Amino acid sequence: MNDFSYTQAATAKEATGILKDQPTAAYIAGGTTLLDMMKANLLEPPQLVDINSLPFKGIEQTKDGLRIGAMERMSAVGEHPLLVQQFPAVSQSLLLAASPQLRNMASIGGNILQRTRCGYFRDAAFPCNKRVPGSGCPAIAGDNHNLAILGVSESCIANSYPGDLSVALAAFDAVLTLENQKGKQRRVPITEFYLLPGKTPQKETVLEPGELIVAVTIPTATHAQRSTYLKVRERSSYAYALASAAVGLDVQGGTIRSARVALGGVGAQPWRSREAEKVLTGQPATEATFRAAATAALREAQPRSENGYKVELAQNTLVRALQQVAGA
Amino acid sequence: MELDIEPNFADTNPKAGVVGQPLTRVDGRAKVTGAAKYSAEYNNVPGLVHGVFKTSDVAKGRITGFDASAAQRAPGVLAILTHQNLPKLAITPDTPEGKKAIGMGVQMGFLPLTSDQIYYAAQPVALVVADTLERAQYAATLLKVQVATEVPTVSYQDPKAKLFDPTKLTVGKTENQPKRGDAQTAFASAPIQLTATYHHAITHHNPMEPGATIAHWEAPDRVTVYDTTQGITWTQKSLSAMLGLPVDQVRVVNKYLGGGFGCKGSTWPHTILTIQAAKAVGRPVKLALTRPQQFTSMGHREDQEQTLRLGATKEGKLLALLHEKTSTTSAWDNYAETNAKIVDLLYDCPHFEAQTQLARANVMTSTYMRAPGEAPGSFAIECAMDDLAYRVGLDPIQIRLLNYAEKDPSTGKPWSSKSLKECYARGAELFGWSKRNPKNGATRAGKTLVGWGMATASYPVHSGQGNARVRLYADGHAVVQAGATDLGTGTYTVITQVAADSLGITPDKIRFELGDSALPSTIVSGGSMAAGTVSSSVYLAAQDVWQKLTKVAVLDKKSPLYQAKPADVEVVKGRLQLKANPSKGEEFAALMQRASMGDVEGIATGRYGAGYESAQAALNASKTKKDDAGEHSMHSFGAHFCEVHVDPELGTVRVTRWVSVVAGGRILNPKTARSQIMGGSIFGIGAALMEGTNRDPNLARYTNASLADYHVCVNLDIPDMTVEFIDEHDPYINAMGVKGIGEISIVGTSAAVGNAIFHATGRRLRALPITPDKVLDAMRQPA
Ligand SMILES: Cc1cc2nc3c(=O)[nH]c(=O)nc-3n(C[C@H](O)[C@H](O)[C@H](O)COP(=O)(O)OP(=O)(O)OC[C@H]3O[C@@H](n4cnc5c(N)ncnc54)[C@H](O)[C@@H]3O)c2cc1C
Ligand code: SF4
Repeated sequence: MNDFSYTQAATAKEATGILKDQPTAAYIAGGTTLLDMMKANLLEPPQLVDINSLPFKGIEQTKDGLRIGAMERMSAVGEHPLLVQQFPAVSQSLLLAASPQLRNMASIGGNILQRTRCGYFRDAAFPCNKRVPGSGCPAIAGDNHNLAILGVSESCIANSYPGDLSVALAAFDAVLTLENQKGKQRRVPITEFYLLPGKTPQKETVLEPGELIVAVTIPTATHAQRSTYLKVRERSSYAYALASAAVGLDVQGGTIRSARVALGGVGAQPWRSREAEKVLTGQPATEATFRAAATAALREAQPRSENGYKVELAQNTLVRALQQVAGA
Repeated sequence: MELDIEPNFADTNPKAGVVGQPLTRVDGRAKVTGAAKYSAEYNNVPGLVHGVFKTSDVAKGRITGFDASAAQRAPGVLAILTHQNLPKLAITPDTPEGKKAIGMGVQMGFLPLTSDQIYYAAQPVALVVADTLERAQYAATLLKVQVATEVPTVSYQDPKAKLFDPTKLTVGKTENQPKRGDAQTAFASAPIQLTATYHHAITHHNPMEPGATIAHWEAPDRVTVYDTTQGITWTQKSLSAMLGLPVDQVRVVNKYLGGGFGCKGSTWPHTILTIQAAKAVGRPVKLALTRPQQFTSMGHREDQEQTLRLGATKEGKLLALLHEKTSTTSAWDNYAETNAKIVDLLYDCPHFEAQTQLARANVMTSTYMRAPGEAPGSFAIECAMDDLAYRVGLDPIQIRLLNYAEKDPSTGKPWSSKSLKECYARGAELFGWSKRNPKNGATRAGKTLVGWGMATASYPVHSGQGNARVRLYADGHAVVQAGATDLGTGTYTVITQVAADSLGITPDKIRFELGDSALPSTIVSGGSMAAGTVSSSVYLAAQDVWQKLTKVAVLDKKSPLYQAKPADVEVVKGRLQLKANPSKGEEFAALMQRASMGDVEGIATGRYGAGYESAQAALNASKTKKDDAGEHSMHSFGAHFCEVHVDPELGTVRVTRWVSVVAGGRILNPKTARSQIMGGSIFGIGAALMEGTNRDPNLARYTNASLADYHVCVNLDIPDMTVEFIDEHDPYINAMGVKGIGEISIVGTSAAVGNAIFHATGRRLRALPITPDKVLDAMRQPA
């Protein structure tokens, strides 16, 4: 780890101002992603700007939906009654993530910006296009067991976002509020926030240099209220998803009025499947419908040497999640 | 007057007082309050500075140069040690003479920083010393290493790998290919022939405490080493050989160990290199491995495959077993777990044959890991026995009883004790095995398939010997000493109990000291040897105390025992008295005070194969006497029972019930013993379902060397576990009749899980770990 200086910012303006002068500085919230990477010499920011005192707090009902401050902690949000009632899938995505210790430290903004767990990315001794553009992607012919099968490219097959929250947020049309160095705020749907790897896997989001995540707003909807997050992993907790599904259904008289589907663990980004939603909408809530939706969701899958199982696993995960919601 | 004092054992079959009671850990308070000092915590060594390794990115190549200019200039840097300037050692392990002199304690036949060769990824290529840890770490990032990279061999499965037949393994059995009868012919004519191949992933011990060393040269020719070692004496011996110092000039200290599981059983490169760094900078140096470095510094269980051929009669009686193992070893050592041993001895089978093959690859040497050989070997034989049970339509316990080995088939010797039938019966009862529907997939719970499986466990009582000293004070306190280590298993506690009973005082009056080579030497805490050996030596040292005091008493005119024959004297709870007339006698304190003895010291050697019944123990480990081990085969036995819920669509397997019943001789403390069995079973469930280190198939470097990505079981993976012990008295193994239970708990565990999965799904999964991808794949195949 390199020497670095540490500053606490009291306001967004102060924080973004520091990054304007020192573009290689980094914001630190809970530090659970950032410090891990610094200790592995993957990031060497000369300055850390602590943003924990920024007023990006609160979980409140607004006219656009439920607004969650970016500085709220995963545990607090996951357990919040409004989330539990209105967005069970979002609540579950938080409480099934990481460990209690991490959830108590980690912020919502930091979660959305967590980095891939691709083992090659996480070890500076390996080449990796995402970390060192142009150095190659050893995962394609190597250990890709946990990596993505949707939205991948010949440059990178990582699940850039390996976590859970953004999968649920993607399913339920959440919108991020961002604030740039000029103090200007803009709103970006989470489904447009992440970038596919293409030829530039190092570019992961639309966030401008120094731009902050202020809040995330999730619109209230019936399909969000009747939702679930199903996560499949190798151990019962404290592991990333091999495959996960955030689903919500509005079923009336046995017919699906509206549906939301996003998959985790299998996409280069949190994978909203409008294809699956299309198959589901207007159809009876039966296993046959769910299977057809799952087939549609994975139609574009590009499995590699060791992650072919994810096609079937993601399909089955999605079907099971839909069954759970439909049966509820 | 000189009396000829015959050895007189107050109690040749020590009865339990506090021994056998669930005493709470005597070191528990020190641990939870932080008072317990681990190896890396001796921070008050004066002038302590910090070392970190710079490691190789690539797995194979040659170092062509260093650019150390930036690193040298970095603040606080004291030295950058490489193969070009490391202080020379008297002897290194890369020569046959070196290996011999250094002995068992050193696994690696190659020491980094002594040559320009790179043999494995993350091999240390330099050791940077600075005044603070952070400065050393930073300087290491500035050091540039030039390497002529070569294409590595990754494993035995690499097409480049050349398989060879090791005639002699560095560690383990010397005769590589054991053979009994004519297994080939017997198999060929067997009515039932089962052949299957089993795979085991690379697994890592991952103790909570990674390896660490503090080296302090107290004089130019005298060094104290605080080291994460399971074996003080081995480490002392191997270090003194490498340093060319007399043994007593090397002091090794380890008061607390945060787990080991075998990876701290040998002396690894970081220890000797830290000592040399301290020499180079003239100050004490601390080096603590990082978690990623732990994956490449202290060994692992090797990636391996086993093919087991089993021939049996139509009724299920074994006729032949043929075992072949192929595994990866390092570029320099021939290490392989000896899986065949357990296959050879678990069941009555007239014909047996085994083959071992190795392939060199660019990897760190693998090493002992909890039940080395028995753990993966039992996976093969215990899955195969399950297959056989289904094939002939017998219950899994029935097939095992049908093939029950009344004596050790591998040697023909009788068992010193074997309570395996009792383990099966009690385990079955606790588990409710009689309610098992033999049909595959017959039981469902929601979307999951429920399966019940069981397997046999066995682990040898290894040959160990060690010394202990007991000093009993007239005020009723005692100090007990042995250069043992406590891995966190409870050695402090159980030895305190043994000392208390042997001396007839309460545990709070005993201070048991271990973990220092200045104390009487004893065996490594490995191979499940510590409890049996150390308890026996302490018990015998206490007998030495009583013999000395008896001698004083019978010569003391004022003693009620004056002129009694020593053989007529017994000691009961610290009171010396006549066997025939217990009212005639006195407390040791009264005797000692009258005789102006402030203290009395006893020493003894506890030895394997010197059991209490044959009075071999009483001979104080005379090596010339034929020992019980020569006449008996000595093993612990047990049985595991497991229930799993398998989700056939999601591929997940959850263990929902667990029962282990173990017969391991005398159980010194049921509480610490239970923890051992639970811990080992959890270790085995981890190996069965999730543990595995992945090596990149081209670059031979691990891709998941962290505790986030290398999965061990979490609490939620483990149900309530039922553990019971069968009361067992083994008069032959050692003076205390203790077999040791550190490893048996992982033997058969993976098979119990695999057998339960088979029962649930009708699919036999033979590649560990059984992860969801493999389950899904199996579910696609016909049952
Ligand atoms: C062992 C382990 C297991 C885990 N398992 C899971 C899991 O199962 N599921 C899951 O979802 N996650 C998991 N995580 C990831 C964890 O959720 C994230 O590390 C955490 O959410 C990051 O939040 P933080 O506040 O600590 O971020 P930090 O580490 O402080 O920041 C992360 C990044 O975001 C930037 N940043 C933070 N806040 C803002 C903001 N408001 N605006 C702009 N930039 C910002 C920082 O500069 C930094 O680059 C795991 C992590 C670990 C270490
Ligand atoms: S998959 Fe992406 S992150 Fe992983 S090695 Fe390839 S480029 Fe790097």
